[in-house]
Amino acid sequence: MSAYLIRRLLYALPILLGVNIITFLLFFVVNTPDDMARMQLGDRRVTQEAIDKWKAERGYDRPLFWQTDASGVAKATDTLFFTSTLQLFSFDFGKSDGGRDIGTDLKQRMGPSLAIAVPVLLLQLGVALTWALVIAWLRGSRLDTWSAVICVGMMSISGLFYIIGGQYLIAKLWRLVPISGYDSGLAAARFVALPVLVGLCIALGANVRWYRTIFLEEMGREYVRMARAKGLSDARVMFTHVLRNALIPILTGVVVLLPLLFLGALITEAFFAIPGLGSYTIDAIQAQDFAIVRTMVFLGSLLYIVGLLLTDLSYVIADPRVRLV
Amino acid sequence: MGSLVILTTDACLCALVAALVGYWLHARRHEHLCAPWREVWRRPVAVGAAVVLCAFVVVALLDSVHFEPRAGTDRGDGNVLSVLDHALGPLRTHGETTYSAPLAAHAYSRESVLDVKGELTRVYPRLTHGAAHLADPGRERSADIGRRVAAGAAGGLLAALALTAAAVLWVARRHGPGLSPAVSALLHGRAGFPWRSLLGVTTALLVVVGIGAALAPYYHVLGTDKVGNDVLYQALKSVRTGMLIGSLTTLISLPFALGLGVAAGYFQGPVDDAVQYLYTTLSSIPGVLLIAAAALMLDVYMTRHAAEFDLLAARADLRLLALCAILGITSWTSLCRLLRAETLKLREIEFVVAAQALGVRAPGIVRRHLLPNVMHLVMITTVLDFSGLVLAEAALTYIDIGVDPSMDSWGNMINSARLELAREPAVWWSLVAAMSFMFALVLAANLFADAVRDAFDPRLRELGPDAEARQT
Repeated sequence: MSAYLIRRLLYALPILLGVNIITFLLFFVVNTPDDMARMQLGDRRVTQEAIDKWKAERGYDRPLFWQTDASGVAKATDTLFFTSTLQLFSFDFGKSDGGRDIGTDLKQRMGPSLAIAVPVLLLQLGVALTWALVIAWLRGSRLDTWSAVICVGMMSISGLFYIIGGQYLIAKLWRLVPISGYDSGLAAARFVALPVLVGLCIALGANVRWYRTIFLEEMGREYVRMARAKGLSDARVMFTHVLRNALIPILTGVVVLLPLLFLGALITEAFFAIPGLGSYTIDAIQAQDFAIVRTMVFLGSLLYIVGLLLTDLSYVIADPRVRLV
Repeated sequence: MGSLVILTTDACLCALVAALVGYWLHARRHEHLCAPWREVWRRPVAVGAAVVLCAFVVVALLDSVHFEPRAGTDRGDGNVLSVLDHALGPLRTHGETTYSAPLAAHAYSRESVLDVKGELTRVYPRLTHGAAHLADPGRERSADIGRRVAAGAAGGLLAALALTAAAVLWVARRHGPGLSPAVSALLHGRAGFPWRSLLGVTTALLVVVGIGAALAPYYHVLGTDKVGNDVLYQALKSVRTGMLIGSLTTLISLPFALGLGVAAGYFQGPVDDAVQYLYTTLSSIPGVLLIAAAALMLDVYMTRHAAEFDLLAARADLRLLALCAILGITSWTSLCRLLRAETLKLREIEFVVAAQALGVRAPGIVRRHLLPNVMHLVMITTVLDFSGLVLAEAALTYIDIGVDPSMDSWGNMINSARLELAREPAVWWSLVAAMSFMFALVLAANLFADAVRDAFDPRLRELGPDAEARQT
């Protein structure tokens, strides 16, 4: 088990390196720092001095891979590739193009992101599982048919509609919650309620259908027939046998997403002005802050890899048949 | 009309249609390809969805034949027009100055006007084109609208009746002499094809189109937006953008997924390792962020080479193509993984082993034995991904990394309309129009995709729920 873990962690390193090389190529080779400076400074007739100054302030004036002026190790470390990508491995995120410290920003903004993402995930699981279990149990009934119609309908509506419609109906017309914003501590609950509800609606249709398929597949297995033959009640078969076995694929699917919760929901956060990491990323994209986008890409891939690792581990915990070697 | 202009995306769309026709001709001659499609066409829901999809395809195709209008004849000013623009001429040219509600005769906001006595008063001015044919809109408008709706609906119904008659004659050819067996077979759904669904949806569609066509020359059916453009026209123009993103993206991602997936599964060893490394790396970058990074870089590139993109349409077109490419490159990984797993299974089956033993070379085995057997996966993924991509366009456009702001798209409509709900009274029509068009297309695509998936592979489960839905 521990040998497996170590191997997987070592395997993650080349992947992260690959991610960094891709982002590095995208940000510095396809377009040179000069282009970025010209775009940031806005003017088409911007002077070379201004560009050089902009680059020097942000450390973009280093050579790409090899510093010939320096001596010793500095030849490799005083380069753009090292400072902009390899340093990320030590969680030293540096400064954003706007001059703020990215690390501090990340710490501050993690909380609000989680305040939205965790309730959404829990509610999502609770509602979707219950709904799917009920319609799988009553399959072929009128309830099942109508649920299918509603789920396909919910899947076909753009997430933007839930956000805008929710803001208009619940916040503006009924005045139940504020339209957008955030507060610290428990006072945040008022602001979080609507985004959570919207987050629930966006993925509900797809999830219910997905879980229903898993339940139905599980219900067709031999052990279910065996349990029935022994005379167990329908409810008991559903809740103790089917539910527990169907939870294996469902929960492991959720585990992949767990680390990514930190990154927050991009669009929901931006619409509701939640100061989380999602809106941080969007602001960075809109302000064309390359340093922040680069950091978020790195963090996102790191968390995804952690998620994959957790998935493997959760298989071992949830399903005794699986053994990692 | 003027000289024909072919934008890059037009060419791509034509290639796509040609490929579809080619596939259809090919499939007709092979029973194993026909059978699942017959299964699809047996389902009433799938047939109804297909009718709606066809309507969208027709609009998109009409909007993809561009020409440069002759100078002076049209409000061309150096831009290209499409056949759809030409057909919707009145909608395009009948602009107002600002917002107006659907079917309104007066503007949405008051303006200061000099009245007959020379005094300045605040009134809701009459629209230049909306209901301009009425002398006294207050009294005549509802009657006029009612009359036109009735006429349009009647026209639509007549067309639908003609189609129904044609269907009856068609069925009668197979159901023996006389029309009554054919009619009863149709009515009771015993004709072997869901005619009721086909005719029902077509009738509804024709009635809606008839009403729209009757009203559109005289009113702004869905109102006008901030700068006075007709919302219905914008929504129709956006169809092409949505369809292009939904289909071109998959087209771009297919070569990567097919080539690398099958190669990894068949050759194994170092090839497999390299492909696995590549797709794990790519898929570990959160999709939205990779798209954002690529879009940012595209912006920088466009700013640097501003001189090459002087034609507005060409610039927007290239941006759309680039967006499709970026989406395609970020989304091939899941299909690639599926194809690799399927190829791993297939290469151990006897017919592949037999082909190897007979000395067939690898390219021959891949082409003749492996590719045809993974095609159903490609088909299912293509159809399933379509709706997610249409929805993704709107979300991406909202974060400024989607299509060009000058291009008509539902994302742009929603983006510019989201603040209008806060006005008093709310400006809801732009938003509702974009949402309804998008909903119709995505719903039809989802329903059709379900039928295709069930017909081609009822036990395919790995595809899972929409990955796009989770990103927002």
